Amino acid sequence: MLSVIGIASGIGLITHRSAVYSVLFAVLNFFCIAGLYLTLQAEFLAITQIIVYAGAIMVLFLFVVMLLNLGDDLTGAKFNATKGITFLIGFAFFAELIVIFKSFTDQSPLHLNNPYSYGTVEVIGKTLMNDYLFPFELVSVILLAALMGAMVIAKKHN
Amino acid sequence: MDLLHVNPFMYLAVSSALFTIGALGVLTRRNAIVVFMCVELMLNAVNLSLVTFSKMHDNPSGSMFVFFVMVIAAAEAVVGLAIIIALFRNRQDVDINNVNIFKW
Amino acid sequence: MEALLPLIILSPFIGAAIIGIWGLLSPAFRHQEKLIGTIGTLAVFLPFLLVLNTFLNYQHGQPVTFELFSWMATKNFSVDFSYVLDEASLLMGLIVTGIGTMIHVYSIGYMHHDKGFYRYFLYLNLFIFSMNNLILGDNLLVLFLGWEGVGACSYFLIGYWFEDMAKAMAAQKAFVANRIGDFALLVAMFIIFNATGSLKFADISLSGDVAFWVALLVFIAATGKSAQIPLYVWLPDAMAGPTPVSALIHAATMVTSGIYLIARMSEVFLQVPGVMVLIAVIGGLTAILAALIAIAQNDIKKVLAYSTVSQLGFMFMALGAGAFSTAIFHVMTHAFFKACLFLGSGSVIHAMAHMHIVNDPQDIRTMGKLGKYMPSTSKTFWISTLAIAGIFPLSGFFSKDEILGKLFFAGHEHTMYYAVWAVGMITALLTAFYMTRVTYLTFNGKKRFPEEGHPHESSPLMTIPLWILAGLAVVGGFLGLPAVVGHGHYNWIAGHWLSIEGAPVIIDRILHAPIETEWILIIVSFLLAIAGVAFAFSFYKKYDLQGDLKVKSFFGSMYRLMENKFFIDEFYNWAIIRPFVWLGNFAVMSFDKNIIDGIVNGAGYATTATAGIFRQLQSGLVQKYAMLMFLAIVVLLGYVMLG
Repeated sequence: MLSVIGIASGIGLITHRSAVYSVLFAVLNFFCIAGLYLTLQAEFLAITQIIVYAGAIMVLFLFVVMLLNLGDDLTGAKFNATKGITFLIGFAFFAELIVIFKSFTDQSPLHLNNPYSYGTVEVIGKTLMNDYLFPFELVSVILLAALMGAMVIAKKHN
Repeated sequence: MDLLHVNPFMYLAVSSALFTIGALGVLTRRNAIVVFMCVELMLNAVNLSLVTFSKMHDNPSGSMFVFFVMVIAAAEAVVGLAIIIALFRNRQDVDINNVNIFKW
Repeated sequence: MEALLPLIILSPFIGAAIIGIWGLLSPAFRHQEKLIGTIGTLAVFLPFLLVLNTFLNYQHGQPVTFELFSWMATKNFSVDFSYVLDEASLLMGLIVTGIGTMIHVYSIGYMHHDKGFYRYFLYLNLFIFSMNNLILGDNLLVLFLGWEGVGACSYFLIGYWFEDMAKAMAAQKAFVANRIGDFALLVAMFIIFNATGSLKFADISLSGDVAFWVALLVFIAATGKSAQIPLYVWLPDAMAGPTPVSALIHAATMVTSGIYLIARMSEVFLQVPGVMVLIAVIGGLTAILAALIAIAQNDIKKVLAYSTVSQLGFMFMALGAGAFSTAIFHVMTHAFFKACLFLGSGSVIHAMAHMHIVNDPQDIRTMGKLGKYMPSTSKTFWISTLAIAGIFPLSGFFSKDEILGKLFFAGHEHTMYYAVWAVGMITALLTAFYMTRVTYLTFNGKKRFPEEGHPHESSPLMTIPLWILAGLAVVGGFLGLPAVVGHGHYNWIAGHWLSIEGAPVIIDRILHAPIETEWILIIVSFLLAIAGVAFAFSFYKKYDLQGDLKVKSFFGSMYRLMENKFFIDEFYNWAIIRPFVWLGNFAVMSFDKNIIDGIVNGAGYATTATAGIFRQLQSGLVQKYAMLMFLAIVVLLGYVMLG
């Protein structure tokens, strides 16, 4: 169910003329994915997804869209040869992926559901601090750098 | 829903579908912001498949990776949008087809 | 002693190198005539001494060999710069280096004040080097190196005064005619290698069809080098070069290389009697053709040139009859008297040119009575004339007689030889006639050049070699006394040296030769020679230059043909040269310009066009790039999946 909505919102994202509608579709999409995470017993990730992605990033996008105040993208309606070829390629890609994944999962048909599922905050916290401490710290540096970079780039140069 | 017997294939199928859709969006749309969003969409699709795999193999590394991907995606979104704003300042237009100064 | 033998080959080369490099680098050196002349002469004299020493200490059946270095060595084929001094090559070596030395000495005097003095000696030394390679090599490839080398040096030397276009063209003609022969020799070498796997003379043994083709091709090569029909046309034109060059190359050495090659391969030729008949016939035709032309020539060098062609024809007649060692014998005697004749003519031309009175210092019609002023030249010239005519006891008598004798006896094998013999007899008569004519008109009779002129004898540098050669022309015949004397035991050359029983280097055909017949033949040919000389002498004494008019009327309309060399050159020009020139023009103008250039330009155009297409890939549009990447991933993924 969730998947259907997710896919549908994705399609809506890429096809809609107006940028604002695309942003809204994206938000919907992220919620659906968060829901899918929940079904996978990755609770922490689900919450993180909602907070970071749907909350922060999409809001940012929305701000920018509003700020730039662009018109609608009218050329997207045309369906020319390039678009056709692109869709064909995309479809081929999709087919390939399906085939690949089918072969993966046929080998280990079941899985899921370990009582000690790794989605809980506790488990994630432990793994993060123990095995992945260094990347964790590094990531904070990256965030800092991104922040500064963004400020520099977007500043008004006189 | 019998949680014990869910086929991971479904998740992976959804993930690949979203990825493909995102790719198509990147190639098709002309608005730079929408393109960016499609990139985010692709990233999310990958996250989904990562989590699925993580569950499949009982390995926390997958989820960890997802965590980091999210962080990086956030950082990248910030910087990218800043670039778009700077671009917009210069030419009042975010049509990526017009950003072709590397043309031969 | 053995260690010095390589110098036989290397010494002239080193001489040439010294003269050439020093002359190129230092303009001052170029005029040191005495120095250059000495270097050049010593470079040839040294090999002469070495060859002489080997000759005197030689033991039969034990050829002396030496090797310079390996040329190439592959799995199936290897050839070295190795040389062999056996009976045949020693004899040739003596001739080449001996006469070569004398001509070097003579040239110092003759080329005095010529501005390219050092160049001349450079080429001369180079020539001796090549010729040595030719005669001393123990395999066909070294011989071929020498073969080509002498052709090249001949080109350099004939075209020595290259500013004159006519002389340069003569050099080119010589080279082209030679080249045709060279090609035949190359093909023969290929066939030999294919059949036997080796190019060494010792290993060559062929039979049947292979022998036929090899013999034929080698013969064609020999016609090129040794000026027989059809490739003789270069030799008269080669007189454009300096006279000592004519003496060395076109009388004594280069032109004999063809005969030497055939004699070396006597074994092969004996297998194919048909080719041998052909050789004899061509030799005979060439001999009489050249003799007829010589009668009607007025340039002293041209007469001698045609005389050379004619005598070479005699040698080929001998080869054809199977008397290979006799041919070599005639090579030797001919070298003596022909070199003497040429050098003598050079002396005459020198004297005539110095007077600055006549238009053409080589035209005998403006000579006459030079014997009074140039005694040495005149006497040696007369001696050599009598030798070539075949007067007893001079050398030409013995060698020519033996050739005619062998031809007659070969008639037993094949009747065609009788015809060739008859032609030979007639040619001998003609030879006596035209040689006496030219000698008389030059040195005796009435003076036909203006009174003011005072010709003088040439310097000793030039006359001493003349006397040495004349002396050799006198005694050289005794090396090959005919079989009638002492039942063949006194025929040193054939019997003792070249085709000795048990270890023959050159294998002669065994001919049935009854002694009585031989006596008759000897006497007949001697009488013929005497008659020719005596008749010519008295005829021209009576009529002097006007005698030519009587000769003209004797030959009637044929005289015009004789005078104009039977128009052979013109025929070649029309039939062969003009089509080639046309083809060359065609190749340049239409083929090269349109087709070749079209292809090259087209390649350029195609490249630009393709680039234009590919240029569009770099449109600068991000999405296009992204699409390409995506496409690539799809393709790769598909490939991995399927494979």
